[in-house]
Amino acid sequence: MERQILVVLPHPDDECFGLSGTLAKRISEGTQVTYACLTLGEMARNMGNPVFANRVTLPQIRKLELMESCKSIGITDVRMMGYHDKTIEFEDHEAMSKRLGELITELNPSLVITFHPLYSVHPDHDATGAAVIRTLAKMPKEQRPTLHCMAFTKDCEQMLGLPDVKVDVTAFLKHKIGSIQAHRSQWQLPVDSNMVESDAMKERFGTERFWTYSFE
Amino acid sequence: MQPIDQASVQLVIDQLKDQELYIHLEMTTGAYASHNDDSKLTASTFIRNGIIRYTLGSIEGSGPFRVGLKINEGWVYSQGLTHWDESDSERLILAGHDNEGKLVVSLQLSKEPF
Ligand SMILES: [Zn+2]
Repeated sequence: MERQILVVLPHPDDECFGLSGTLAKRISEGTQVTYACLTLGEMARNMGNPVFANRVTLPQIRKLELMESCKSIGITDVRMMGYHDKTIEFEDHEAMSKRLGELITELNPSLVITFHPLYSVHPDHDATGAAVIRTLAKMPKEQRPTLHCMAFTKDCEQMLGLPDVKVDVTAFLKHKIGSIQAHRSQWQLPVDSNMVESDAMKERFGTERFWTYSFE
Repeated sequence: MQPIDQASVQLVIDQLKDQELYIHLEMTTGAYASHNDDSKLTASTFIRNGIIRYTLGSIEGSGPFRVGLKINEGWVYSQGLTHWDESDSERLILAGHDNEGKLVVSLQLSKEPF
C-alpha cells in the first residue's frame, strides 16, 4: 500500500481526467493524499457555457470547483500554492524548489505524481514537472520518493514508450465523473451518474496511465 | 526583424530589469478577421507607453517563444514571439508573425517612450 501521495499540478482541473480515479482508489485503500495546486487557473479561456464567469470572478469560482472535485475524490488536504496561471516557467527555480522541498519534508511522501516535463502540452504542465524533478533530484537517492508522471502529447508513447503504470479505475468512475463535473466552468460533460456503469464510460475513462520517472 | 535568438534576448531582458521602462504590448487578430471569416471574432488590444518595472524575466520555449516579466503585483506575459530587432541595442523589440508575415503579437520595452 502507498503510504502518502503528494500530487503537484498547476491548474485546478489537471487532476480530473488523468488522475482522479487513481487517487480515489488509493484513498479507499487507506493512502493519505495531499494535492498541491500551484495556480487557480485564472487565465483560462473557458468561462462556463453559457458564460457565468469573468476574469475577476474566475479564480474564486475555480477555487470552489477544485474543492468540490477534491471532495468527490476524497482528498481532504489541498494546498493552493498561490502562483499565477501561465507563469510557472518564469518563476525563480531556487525559490520554487524551496517551497516544494518544504512540502516534501513536511509530508515525507512515498509517491509524488506530477506532469512529465517534456510531453505534457501546456507550458505550465511541463514547468511544474520540471520543478518537481529539480527538487527531487537534490534529495539523496535513498530518501527520494517514487515519481509518477502523466503525459499526453501525441508523440508521448513514441518518445517515452508505453506507460509502465496502468491503474484500473472502473470501480471509481463515480468519483472521477464527479471530479470532472465539479469543474463546470471548464468542462461540460453530458453524463449522469447512472452512465458510469456503461461499457462506453469504462472504455473511455476506466484506465489511468503513468510513466515512472528515472533520475539516473 | 530577425528570427529570435533566445540567448541574446535573455541578455537584453537581464539588462533591463530593476528599472522603470515603457512597455508596448499588443495583440491583434487583424481588423478584417471577421470580414474574411465570419466564424472569427475581430479583436485587438494594446497598451502603449505603460510604465513597468520587473524583478525577474525570461524567454522560454523552443520557438515560437514566450516571455514572462514579474512585476510588483503581477506579471507581463506574451506568447507566440518569433522575431526580434537585433539592431536595436537600447530597447527590446519582439514580435510574433504568422506564416503570412503578419504581426499577431508584440512586446517592446524601452527606457524612453515609444
Ligand atoms: Zn492544466
